[in-house]
Amino acid sequence: MDIKVNKKLGLKERYNLMTRDLAWTPTYQAFKDVYPYMQYEGIKIHDWDKFEDPFRMTMDAYWKYQAEKERKLYAIIDAFTQNNGHLGVTDARYINTLKLFLTGVSPLEYMAHRGFAHVGRAFPGAGPRVACLMQSLDEIRHAQTQIHSMSNYNKHYNGFQNWRHQHDRVWYLSVPKSFFDDAITAGPFEFMIAIGFAFEYVLTNLLFVPFISGAAYNGDMGAMAFGFSAQSDESRHMTLGLEIIKFILEQDPDNLPIVQHWIDKWFWRGYRVLTLVAMMMDYMLPKRVMSWKEAWEIYAEQNGGALFADLARYGVKAPAGLAQACKDKDHLSHQAWNVFYNYAAAAPFHTWAPSEADMKWLSEKYPDTFDKYYRPLWEHYAKEQKEGRRFYNTTLPMLCQTCQIPMFFTEPDDPTKVAYRESDYKGEKYHFCSDGCKNIFDHEPEKYIQSWLPVHQIYQGNCFCPDVDPSKPDFNPLAEVLRWYKITWGEDNLDYADSPDKKNFEQWRVQATGN
Amino acid sequence: MAVTAIGAYEFAPKDSVDKFPAPLLYVCWEDHKMFCSPFAVPFPPTLKFGDMCKGAFPGIFGAHPDFAKVDWDQTQWFKSGRPWRPDMDKTLAENGLGHKDVIRFRTPGLTGLSGSAF
Amino acid sequence: MSNVFIALQKNEETRCIINAIVADNPDAIINEQPAMVKIDVPNRMVIRKSTVEEEMGRDFDLQELHVYLITLTGHIDETDDEFVLSWTH
Repeated sequence: MDIKVNKKLGLKERYNLMTRDLAWTPTYQAFKDVYPYMQYEGIKIHDWDKFEDPFRMTMDAYWKYQAEKERKLYAIIDAFTQNNGHLGVTDARYINTLKLFLTGVSPLEYMAHRGFAHVGRAFPGAGPRVACLMQSLDEIRHAQTQIHSMSNYNKHYNGFQNWRHQHDRVWYLSVPKSFFDDAITAGPFEFMIAIGFAFEYVLTNLLFVPFISGAAYNGDMGAMAFGFSAQSDESRHMTLGLEIIKFILEQDPDNLPIVQHWIDKWFWRGYRVLTLVAMMMDYMLPKRVMSWKEAWEIYAEQNGGALFADLARYGVKAPAGLAQACKDKDHLSHQAWNVFYNYAAAAPFHTWAPSEADMKWLSEKYPDTFDKYYRPLWEHYAKEQKEGRRFYNTTLPMLCQTCQIPMFFTEPDDPTKVAYRESDYKGEKYHFCSDGCKNIFDHEPEKYIQSWLPVHQIYQGNCFCPDVDPSKPDFNPLAEVLRWYKITWGEDNLDYADSPDKKNFEQWRVQATGN
Repeated sequence: MAVTAIGAYEFAPKDSVDKFPAPLLYVCWEDHKMFCSPFAVPFPPTLKFGDMCKGAFPGIFGAHPDFAKVDWDQTQWFKSGRPWRPDMDKTLAENGLGHKDVIRFRTPGLTGLSGSAF
Repeated sequence: MSNVFIALQKNEETRCIINAIVADNPDAIINEQPAMVKIDVPNRMVIRKSTVEEEMGRDFDLQELHVYLITLTGHIDETDDEFVLSWTH
């Protein structure tokens, strides 16, 4: 027997052998029965073998590098926990960003895991299937490592304990939840453009990079570690998103209008979810890395500009809402933080009015807008609070039918006027915060008439515990909703100034720095 | 346009009027964004418009320092963005207000904290 | 002409990778941020295995980049010897 010694395979050969060459064409069953979801969205694919992962990552290499990432991550988390690392953060106000992240973002990581598993199964091409499989595994790793990392904070701080329960119920969490539910109930191609391209490629830098850099800057090694570990996977996800859109557009010219609509839709859906990040960056970090406006300019305007200049060769245009989003960058974070300041009683994290030093930073970063439009509001709140009248809004807000955010967004060219749009559909009125959200509704009204709008659900009586008796004279609907949310009054909610978190943190810091 | 779906795709609207204790009205006080968004409130259709302003609004808008200075006779009203003149002595239903209508009012001379529209 | 960029976690391994990028891309713009470094290069960036190995004094597999990557932009072309980001076709 001849023994043939093979030379070590190159990256390209290895990738071909370990992905495409392991795939097969079904013969026992009809192709369309094995891959039943490839036709109905109208996308035409002629040759799946034209897709190639430019990283040429194979499953064996994937396991190797992922194991390395996990080892690094858990070494840091253990060290952080053993050394009471939570006492090293700049200020306990910072910890509220983690509560926002755990309730709003980590459950989406899990949904992304499900979404990519589904899409990977639906695609007949071996290249995208393997890339989706890897991403699906990445996403569940992200969910797990985030939950694990933040469980350390749960031992010391309020507001972490009911994150999963709250994700399905609390008013502001319906925003990220409905965003992902919308994507995962779409077809496999739309899901890929929605999450793989629009979110991962165009917008995810704005979520993760400032958040993780912010964690590092504020002394939170735990969040920095899970953030970087997750982010090291994102480059692969972004690459899948970019390659898949190029692949779809190259396959058939008829795909362009369908893809363009999805880009417009999902840019806007994702941008609305990032509202939470804008206020996190400008208002919630005690030490700020950069303003939302600066991050927007770097990642959306410059980087997004380069991307869409490149995609123009396929006839793709920049997302319809991009111009408005660029106008909003001077206003978004200030308006958003006011919403959470208003409804601080109904959220499982604390809010506060910015200090004089915070406002100085804000006016330097927003010279055209902060002093003119927003400073009087925060000064008024501070004065009221000093006199014992911290403002809590107790009437429920009007929500946008599509993004489900309270209708606080202003007209693109007039920051003093709240924007209203409306549509009639089958005899019912629907209201929207923007042209972007109205257009999304008008395109698929049957989908969005099902929106589970938290405010409407409360009024319909669907947000109370089963033992509640509304006929009792002392029935307090808002308190009952909070009980259903599992928010503990005075511990999880209200202003940071009055919180046990603040009191405990200050006490522990004293203990940590002397006898 | 229709939803692209693998089968029949028809659903009842989640927020029809029959599901609420009373029709929902959306109300906003222009130039007072301290109240971060318009409000959603189920008001009985038999409620007199004037009673809503003078009876219910203090509990909703009273926290703003401008509220004590509001003159209801001078207030300018808008319905779905168009100028509109309600009759204070008539009920909401008689004023033609139905489920999920949106009304706004402007109070001339009162433009929020230091004129900031907040 | 648009920039391509790559962002890496800041540690001893990436210090060598960044030195290699600077050596092979004279137009590189280094931007140090908390715990990370972002490197922009007009239009095209190359990371060479041989240069990184010289900096590290050990063998280096370009796919090790995945452990330290934070984000990047541009079209990727990766072989055993080079990792290229560019906006050209």
